[in-house]
Amino acid sequence: MLTRRKFALLTGAATTSALLLAALPGAALAQQKTVVEFWHGLPQPLGGQLEQIVKDFNDGQQAVQVNASYKGSYPETMQAAIAAFRAGNAPHIVQMFEVGTATMMAAGPAVKPVYQLMEETGASFDANAYIPAVKGYYSSKDGKMMALPFNSSTAIMFYNKDAFQKAGLDPAKPPATWPELVDAAKKLKASGSSCPFTTSWPTWVQLEQLGAIHNTPFASQANGYGGLNAELKIDAPLYVKHVQALIDMQKEGLFKYGGRDNKPDALFPSGECAMIQGSSSLRSRIIKEATFAWGAAPLPYWPEFANNDPKNGIIGGAAFWVMTSPKRTPAEYKAVSQFFTYLAKPEVDAKWHMDTGYVPVTLKGIEIAKAQGYYEKNPGADVPAAQLTRTPTTENSMGLRLGNLPEIRNIIQEELEKAFQGQQDAKQALDASIKRGNTVLRNFERANKG
Amino acid sequence: MKPTRFIDLVPHIVLIVGVLIFAYPIYVTLIGSTWDSGTIGRGGLPLWPGGQGAANYAQAWAGEAGDRAMYTPVRTMMLNSLVMALSIALGKIAISILSAYAVAFFRFPLRMAFFWLIFITLMLPVEVRIIPTYKVVADLGLINTYAGLAIPLIASATATLLFRQFFLTIPDELLEAAKIDGAGPVRFFVDVVLPLSRTNIAALFVILFIYGWNQYLWPLLVTSSGDMETIVTGITKMIGTGESANDWHIIMATTVLAMLPPVAVVVFMQRWFVKGLVDSEK
Amino acid sequence: MRGVALLDKRRRGFLFNPPHASPLRHAQPTKDHPLQRRVTFDNRLLPYLLLAPQVAVTLVFFIWPAAQAIWQSVHLQDAFGIRSEFVWFENFTHVLSDPNYLDTLKVTIVFSVAVTVLAMGVALLLAVLADSKIKGARAYKTLLIWPYALAPAVAAVLWMFIFNPDIGSFGRALRALGYDWDYRLNGGQALVMVIMAASWKQVSYNFIFFLAGLQAIPRSVMEAASIDGAGPVRRFWTITFPLLSPTTFFLLVVDMVYAFFETFGTIHALTQGGPGKATETLIFRVYQDGVVNNDLGGSSAQSVILMVIVIALTAVQFRFVERKVHYA
Repeated sequence: MLTRRKFALLTGAATTSALLLAALPGAALAQQKTVVEFWHGLPQPLGGQLEQIVKDFNDGQQAVQVNASYKGSYPETMQAAIAAFRAGNAPHIVQMFEVGTATMMAAGPAVKPVYQLMEETGASFDANAYIPAVKGYYSSKDGKMMALPFNSSTAIMFYNKDAFQKAGLDPAKPPATWPELVDAAKKLKASGSSCPFTTSWPTWVQLEQLGAIHNTPFASQANGYGGLNAELKIDAPLYVKHVQALIDMQKEGLFKYGGRDNKPDALFPSGECAMIQGSSSLRSRIIKEATFAWGAAPLPYWPEFANNDPKNGIIGGAAFWVMTSPKRTPAEYKAVSQFFTYLAKPEVDAKWHMDTGYVPVTLKGIEIAKAQGYYEKNPGADVPAAQLTRTPTTENSMGLRLGNLPEIRNIIQEELEKAFQGQQDAKQALDASIKRGNTVLRNFERANKG
Repeated sequence: MKPTRFIDLVPHIVLIVGVLIFAYPIYVTLIGSTWDSGTIGRGGLPLWPGGQGAANYAQAWAGEAGDRAMYTPVRTMMLNSLVMALSIALGKIAISILSAYAVAFFRFPLRMAFFWLIFITLMLPVEVRIIPTYKVVADLGLINTYAGLAIPLIASATATLLFRQFFLTIPDELLEAAKIDGAGPVRFFVDVVLPLSRTNIAALFVILFIYGWNQYLWPLLVTSSGDMETIVTGITKMIGTGESANDWHIIMATTVLAMLPPVAVVVFMQRWFVKGLVDSEK
Repeated sequence: MRGVALLDKRRRGFLFNPPHASPLRHAQPTKDHPLQRRVTFDNRLLPYLLLAPQVAVTLVFFIWPAAQAIWQSVHLQDAFGIRSEFVWFENFTHVLSDPNYLDTLKVTIVFSVAVTVLAMGVALLLAVLADSKIKGARAYKTLLIWPYALAPAVAAVLWMFIFNPDIGSFGRALRALGYDWDYRLNGGQALVMVIMAASWKQVSYNFIFFLAGLQAIPRSVMEAASIDGAGPVRRFWTITFPLLSPTTFFLLVVDMVYAFFETFGTIHALTQGGPGKATETLIFRVYQDGVVNNDLGGSSAQSVILMVIVIALTAVQFRFVERKVHYA
């Protein structure tokens, strides 16, 4: 009879689980408030800090309830938003990384531009409050703000002061140009360093930022701002010279290739690499993990290409986009605009900057951080903002507006890897990147025209 | 006698090497949960435990209200995971054993067509399915529900195939004897097939429970409320893609906590593995 | 109380005539239905009722999405599905004329065969040993199944802490031994690494099912063979392995599908397909094109191609390999 009981148990369990499934819906949402769904791609602890800001907003007023929800990495968040949009169920707000900007701009009716949202809901919104490099990245061709900038970073250099000391270099004087960096790397190597220099985000830092700083186009049509028919221009002498320099450094043991995207991040706080170029947001990890003295410096430049006048760098990070849905009501848009007005406050921006290490996105945000003595207490924390604001933006330092930029980044990483393996030289790697990258751009143009 | 002794040791040596290789990542996790975040992040983790264990587990279990607003407590996430994993495991076993029984013990038109229809579901990558599946679930109004979490994952060609494989080894004589006794298909299923399948059910339950427990992409997509968060999405949320400094010590401790229910299932189900079939009815 | 009588009969039957008692007796498949047993129940409605729940779930959550994938594979769409253009087989010709696709196919074959062989071979060896009468068998079993419970996201991170040449324990050990380990720029090493990582998880999976399969072999058979004087190795090949073949066949199919379809997470975490394209498999490309590159048409076309390949392979397995499987 045991068997029978076990069968009863099995079927019983199946029924119970079926009942459980049917009977337990998600949490009931607050009825009276206007609910705003907000999907983001920030992991802990940043995600928690973002959700704290959302909570502060929710607690500060009665009309709107914003539900913040983590949806995985940026590409996964994007896919979740796409799936939801196609099901007519898009969230009100979605956080999108900077390389997804062109995709979002081309999304037409799926997105409600922020300037339009603020206008329609009668909210005051000043695009000029933002740092030009930030504003430029998220503006349409005619200078209108399409998304609300929030967490921005830029690429800078971190260096190990202890290692500099050991190599007989001045720890207070990081290399400002690439020739100086190569010299420093040679001395570091002579002093026993197995990895004088590495770079995270190879495409973003070594090509995209390089172009902006040296005022050299990355792509035609003003880096894609002028239209979908842009083509890559990374075979310019600047890029060839730079990539060849990296290949040569690698052969001499001065540069270590640490992998794609942010994989090499770990090599600096562990003490392996004496210099790293990467996202400014690496700072918080270094504070937590490094057991040596370190400093932050702007990205170096090539004197012959920069005329000793390096321009501002471009941004990374993400912005908030407003999505449409057949079910949207004006009250919901109003609620979103209320939330955005709160986020745009310089105090909120300054707090986020000081808590997380992202750069301030508003000019006033920098002022507040300065006034509170943040940069005196945290030497080097002003480097990213200083690099972003040091010159007025040019056509080449405003940002990139290229479709499927994540794919192009990967293509370039692949070709660079082949070059670092010794399979091709800098020119061949960049030519191959252009050929494959342009195919991606043409496909994007075709899928998004009209 | 000496050579024999050495031969006797060989299985132990092989098994120990196997355990060392396969349990090494688990060991790293356990050790990691007793160190501070910096040591782990630098890659400087030693092979022995550190002194932070108690503090790490306390923090992982309680969650720090300070820096984690809207943070879902670990017990809520564990409960959600448990409901999802149990629903998926039991649901899958129930519907697969029935369909395999039909395919293996009956002769009817379109039998192989049905078998292949079920079978090709193995061949469809989740990423391709995810957008249309989301649409179906949204249209059925199952977003943010346990049903939405579990039902799309319940269809399983794997389990059907396993049961079919096993059913084909049940001798025809047994079936003939049952027929002579006048037992119908339902009685045969309950009294013979089900008890015989016990070892396989136990093995499948272990696998499917863990499969359900470890789901990540789908729960992330169909739930957007903190109350519905599962433990594995919770952990994934802590790791992210590394645009920040991770709280490695909490991640490791939470991972160990998240492993406890699956391990309990493994240990519990093992009783069903070790008994032979013959003496199992006592 | 008929059930009791039947049970008793069955129990007796087991004692005197265990189901696996004669490994040489093959299934006797009928000519028209190779996968059909000789004796069956006759019932018109019941089998359909038994199939109904699974077929319903399959139709809604698999077949319908699959149909969508096929629809998408002949369209060119933007990410949000606002503009859509019917392009016949352009996505397919685009994929198939890409010189990189052939390389990816080669990598996939090497990867899948290696993962399947490695995962099955190691698991079978460990399962047979852990199932024998040795001390501590229980502890071994738990320790070998346990790894399956590790959350995939954490496993992905751990691989870095283990394999990374600079901060990983294993990677550093290799370098300390003088071996130039750097998977970031050495394609061969990268491929070996992703094969090891992908096999790792599947060994636990296979181990459980091999164990379950071994448990189903009655001790009496093994003991009888033992009395006959057969050594352990001979016993394994003449008795255990044939009796285990239904399980082995099941795992062969499942492992191959695993290697083809479910390994993109491991590859993504470790190498992202690099260096160059040295570890890019078909499924990783599907994932990359679909999720990261928002190329739904191309990604769907690749999925359809992948489905065709794997269905063909599986059909071959059922047609030819299953003939060697000993059922009752």
